[in-house]
Amino acid sequence: MEVDVMKKVPVREQEAKVRATNFDEVCYGYSLEEAQAEASRCLNCKNAQCMKGCPVSIDIPGFIQQIKEGNIEEAYNIISKSSALPAVCGRVCPQETQCEGKCIRGIKGEAVSIGKLERFVADYAMEHGLKPRKEAPDNGIKVAVIGSGPSGLTCAGDLAKLGYDVTIFEALHQAGGVLVYGIPEFRLPKERVVAKEIENVKALGVKIETNVVVGRSVTIDELMEKEGFRAVFIGSGAGLPRFMNIPGETLNGVFSANEYLTRSNLMKSFREDSPTPIMKSKKVAVVGGGNVAMDAARTALRLGAEVHIVYRRGEEELPARVEEVHHAKEEGIIFDLLTNPTEILGDENGWVKGIRCVKMELGEPDESGRRSPQPVEGSEFDIDVDTVIMSLGTSPNPLISMTTKGLDTNKRKCIVAEENTGKTSREGVYAGGDAVTGAATVILAMGAGKEAAKAIDEFIKG
Amino acid sequence: MYKILSKTYLTDNIIRMEVEAKRTADRCLPGQFVIVRASSDGERIPLTICDYDREKGTIVLVFQTIGASTTLMADLKEGDGFTDIVGPLGRPSELCEMSIDDLKKEKIIFIAGGVGTAPVYPQLKWLKEQGVLADVIIGARNKDLVILEDDFKSVAENVYVTTDDGSYGRNGNVCVCLQALIDEGKKYDRCVAIGPLIMMKFAVQLTKKLEIPTIVSMNPIMVDGTGMCGACRVHVGDEIKFACIDGPEFDGWLVDFDESMRRQAMYKTEEGRKQLELKEGATHHGGCGNC
Repeated sequence: MEVDVMKKVPVREQEAKVRATNFDEVCYGYSLEEAQAEASRCLNCKNAQCMKGCPVSIDIPGFIQQIKEGNIEEAYNIISKSSALPAVCGRVCPQETQCEGKCIRGIKGEAVSIGKLERFVADYAMEHGLKPRKEAPDNGIKVAVIGSGPSGLTCAGDLAKLGYDVTIFEALHQAGGVLVYGIPEFRLPKERVVAKEIENVKALGVKIETNVVVGRSVTIDELMEKEGFRAVFIGSGAGLPRFMNIPGETLNGVFSANEYLTRSNLMKSFREDSPTPIMKSKKVAVVGGGNVAMDAARTALRLGAEVHIVYRRGEEELPARVEEVHHAKEEGIIFDLLTNPTEILGDENGWVKGIRCVKMELGEPDESGRRSPQPVEGSEFDIDVDTVIMSLGTSPNPLISMTTKGLDTNKRKCIVAEENTGKTSREGVYAGGDAVTGAATVILAMGAGKEAAKAIDEFIKG
Repeated sequence: MYKILSKTYLTDNIIRMEVEAKRTADRCLPGQFVIVRASSDGERIPLTICDYDREKGTIVLVFQTIGASTTLMADLKEGDGFTDIVGPLGRPSELCEMSIDDLKKEKIIFIAGGVGTAPVYPQLKWLKEQGVLADVIIGARNKDLVILEDDFKSVAENVYVTTDDGSYGRNGNVCVCLQALIDEGKKYDRCVAIGPLIMMKFAVQLTKKLEIPTIVSMNPIMVDGTGMCGACRVHVGDEIKFACIDGPEFDGWLVDFDESMRRQAMYKTEEGRKQLELKEGATHHGGCGNC
């Protein structure tokens, strides 16, 4: 197959018009031939910049060279040394700001499609039943991991490889955390991808106990003092949804993105036969511009609604991955940018009938470096909608910090943990992922889980 | 699986089940709830814990069949099990956080209505264990719907049963009964009202007038029950609270009951359609006037 070295080998996708009406995966991924063609674009840099952009430090040139040569099993062994969830990361990592953002090919042309290559290898491994390998024999030492999202699964997987007896405690009835309740099927298939990756972690000997809300069903003190866990990793995520505190937020038809997505993803209410209901909306406003906002918008669209993204800054400031914004536009999501809601309007029965917004303009950059939006006086206008989905970010659940003696949190309710080790103020207790940073990405959480696993191993071995 | 050890019908459609749920039974206190799923694709249903036995590792659930999911739960038999039970969720009753001395100084009246009668039981039982005996009003529409009267008699000082149609006990709703007790010379320092929203709304209107501080227990729509979805938000005074982590019990004087009743009905049509579909097959698609 012919390759333009300046350009990525295009990846096959479900056509936009068709996929806007179903929940099947958007991207089909590379075939072996396409993957090898794309791999041939890698310069195999000695001082690989891409690796510096990877929070879990995958040997990227190493696995790409194996693809070139057709040794996909070896490519998988290289990736799985560093990542417990390659099929997930290949799909949801923001590669453009990480590995691919640093790729030398990207200076003059397009970066090597590292994410799609990772996904190809991971999917190949699943189809061929390849599993990650243990590095040390069982040592019988018990470690507890709270939360089965990206940071917890990574930490648990790494500790199990080192021989530890790891139990994950999950609050929901199904393992996977945000991979299961948050990210939709059309971006991350649950049974074909997420469940398989979790099976791989379990194959290393990790036990998962569902329906345990640490802080309520059991405390960290009890886990350590009564149940014999030598160390605990907290990867409980940032679960609490934020609202805007504008009038009308308790009207019927206003949802947090968490609720809307949990109904659709975890409870499968996008399927006709699910007993869990989801609102049948005609016209939806999704407030926010992150990945979660895109996920909620594209879910509502697939459920048959006209969908508007309402975001207070401009297109360049959208925090979502470029690919998600691009896909959303292709599918027909309408972007009302530089627009901010001031009130949600209700009818006489208390159902949403519209959203009042004000136009915004960008002023000087604020402390985050982004230009801060200011309302344009007298620019109020109403959009008729029957549903409003608030996607304004989340903050950590205070249950664990409230019920654990000596565990410090900061003013944003995030657990205070040392960078590079995840060590908290409480001996033997480590933390990472959104519970520490506030809402961030899957791969950053995995990076934190990985570092904590290393630190826990060092702590226990003294 | 969380095994069902016993199942009894308290009325035609109110069912009591004792279920194995070790971690929940270990730590739960009156006022807390669990979320259950009856099958591997079932809806998550919040239910207040109605009794617990720490030694046996069991909890007692009482529910009324009102929709498709509770009907499926009712089909479970002794020896079957729930696929999932998570808990205890929510905060324990405020009473559990008071000092025993303060509790002993108070005369408490409980108002229990309908299926909401059941979660009052563990509160009375817990108070009795602390040496505090409270009074309780059990309200029901008619004689056949009065539940747990004998159980209550063993843990409360006075049990007043009242029925809307006067077919058993006193005649009238719980508010009529409370007013009558006050008129008869009873004095109460605190009220705990648990039952249908409409009952709690009117109970609170009366206790405001009578100046009896009142705790109510909310049971709004929930998905996860751990603070994640925000479906259970309720106005308490000027603040928006999440019933699952800030509640489910709140200061009844401050709760916006009209808003809660409106939010409770959010999925009514969709749930109604599912219920009809369960009974009659996929013949209902809206528009018939019944769904």
